[in-house]
Amino acid sequence: MIKLIGVSKTYTLGEDKVTAVDNVSIGIKKGEYASILGTSGSGKSTLMHLIGLLERPTSGTLLINKKDISKLSDDEVSKIRNTFVGFVFQQFNLINKLTVLENVALPAIYFKGKLNFDPLKKATDLLTRFGMEKRLNFYPNKISGGQQQRVAIARALIMSPDLILADEPTGNLDSKTGDEILDILEDLNKKTGVTIVLVTHEKAVAKRTRREIYIKDGKVVSRYL
Amino acid sequence: MEQYKYLIKSSFDDFKRNKVRTLLTSLGIMVGVLSVVLLIALGLGLKNYIQGQFESLGANLLIIFPGNVFSEGSGVGGNFGAGFAGGASFDEKDVKTLSKLPDINYVVPMFMKSLVFETGREKSTGYVMATNEDAFKLLNLELLEGREFSRSDVLGKTKKAVLGYNIAEKLFIDPTIAIGKTVKVNDQRYIVIGVAKKKGDREMDSGVFVPYSSTFGNINPDKTFFTIYLGASSDKTIQNVKEDAKNALLKRYKVDDFSVTEQSQILSSINSIFAIINSVLIAIGSISLFVGGIGIMNIMYATVTERTKEIGIRRAIGATEKDILLQFLSESVVLSLLGGVIGLIVAIIIVLIVRIFFPASINIVAVVVAIFVSSAIGIFFGIFPAKRAAKLSPIEAIRYE
Repeated sequence: MIKLIGVSKTYTLGEDKVTAVDNVSIGIKKGEYASILGTSGSGKSTLMHLIGLLERPTSGTLLINKKDISKLSDDEVSKIRNTFVGFVFQQFNLINKLTVLENVALPAIYFKGKLNFDPLKKATDLLTRFGMEKRLNFYPNKISGGQQQRVAIARALIMSPDLILADEPTGNLDSKTGDEILDILEDLNKKTGVTIVLVTHEKAVAKRTRREIYIKDGKVVSRYL
Repeated sequence: MEQYKYLIKSSFDDFKRNKVRTLLTSLGIMVGVLSVVLLIALGLGLKNYIQGQFESLGANLLIIFPGNVFSEGSGVGGNFGAGFAGGASFDEKDVKTLSKLPDINYVVPMFMKSLVFETGREKSTGYVMATNEDAFKLLNLELLEGREFSRSDVLGKTKKAVLGYNIAEKLFIDPTIAIGKTVKVNDQRYIVIGVAKKKGDREMDSGVFVPYSSTFGNINPDKTFFTIYLGASSDKTIQNVKEDAKNALLKRYKVDDFSVTEQSQILSSINSIFAIINSVLIAIGSISLFVGGIGIMNIMYATVTERTKEIGIRRAIGATEKDILLQFLSESVVLSLLGGVIGLIVAIIIVLIVRIFFPASINIVAVVVAIFVSSAIGIFFGIFPAKRAAKLSPIEAIRYE
């Protein structure tokens, strides 16, 4: 489904050039539950952003469903982010001035075309599924971290994406709540077959996925040290 | 369509959260629109009023003023004030000279003065209009009761008066009973012989028309006239009459001491004077609109910075650059329009109040211009901050704290 061929990402910080992702070639198949494991600064987040089209590679080729994304326009890339990918972030990244329900339904606003579902109804269903039915009209800053992450997962699912990218989804949660979130993700992968790529620095979290990709200094390595 | 509804709704939601800021920001536009609309309304009202005054006079009319007021060559309103201040003081001799010119229907001298009129019980301020019997023709003045004064009244210096409707009402409550009663002004007693129908013109309705000869020595001690009106026999003779009148007056006065002007010429002078006044007023209004626009731009830049993270989140879940651009653009347009509409409403209220004392009118053009200009300002000053928002890198925006 996703294929990276010799992908690199270089940043210019002042006069220095920093290579965050260095000549990475990996593939992720449909239905996989994979983790990218690396220490802080290893380039794992950048790698995830490249896969999620939040950034474009400096060099190399990124294929999504065999399509080279380097030539796509902003509209096309935005459409992929809207319908193909769902993001779950460490900081939850909900919009505080919108209610829980509005946050979950928000991606539907950016869908260009006719939706084949009612966004508010689907958002309600998803939130109910994650035990949030009593918090629909709460604002994100009035609910707990674990609850916010559930909302974020519901938002990631509203457009029925093929891929969920989770960047340290448990990083801001205590271990019990973190486990609950991981249970939800695992369950989603099993029941709906959605591909999940999880970025983490915790070996224990990575262990729960079915495939571990180790990254160090921007390169994919065979063993995690 | 749904998306636009959403954009406008979310703009208003944001304003509700920042009520004070929204109000202060749109204040600039509000003041700008208010001043432009108000100035146009007052300028236009005054122009219509003055125009109406001249248009209500008879046709084929020449007006003789002291000084070089409206004549060609003095430029638009050239030495307007100086013209009135200096120049000739016309007298009875001039009226007689002008009356002898060929192709003339009537010559009406006019002396005007604001004075207090008294009956036994009531008192009221009005205008003495010292003139001759042809003034009724010139001013299209019809009588409600009684009769006009005649040529022999003018020659005989009789103290007879025709009252304007308003002053008759003030002095006698019921204007129809005024006939035959006495009115005292400046220690002179006048007998009311007629009451005019209501004209809808403040000066005429509070005017007291008397034979000019009766005012000489007391109300009009210098025996002079401010204006002389000349009615030409037709539109074909008016140019000849104008030349004849000029030549006749040149025998007594210098060329700069008086002006013989056609009514149409006065109207076009008024038009060009007001065109200048209006453009000055609009320029002043535009400055406040411009400053208001900068205020909007400023606040929109602040908003973009403040909401960088939100922009990043929206981009991550599928918003295109265009979506973000439209979101911020619609916000600045709504903000600016809000100011424009409030300014317009305040202007309308002020005009409705001012109307009681002063002729002012709001026309549809001012309304359309106000709405159009404020949207245009919203777009113009909103586009730069909106573009900055749209061009933010999604990942940098989302990391922004």
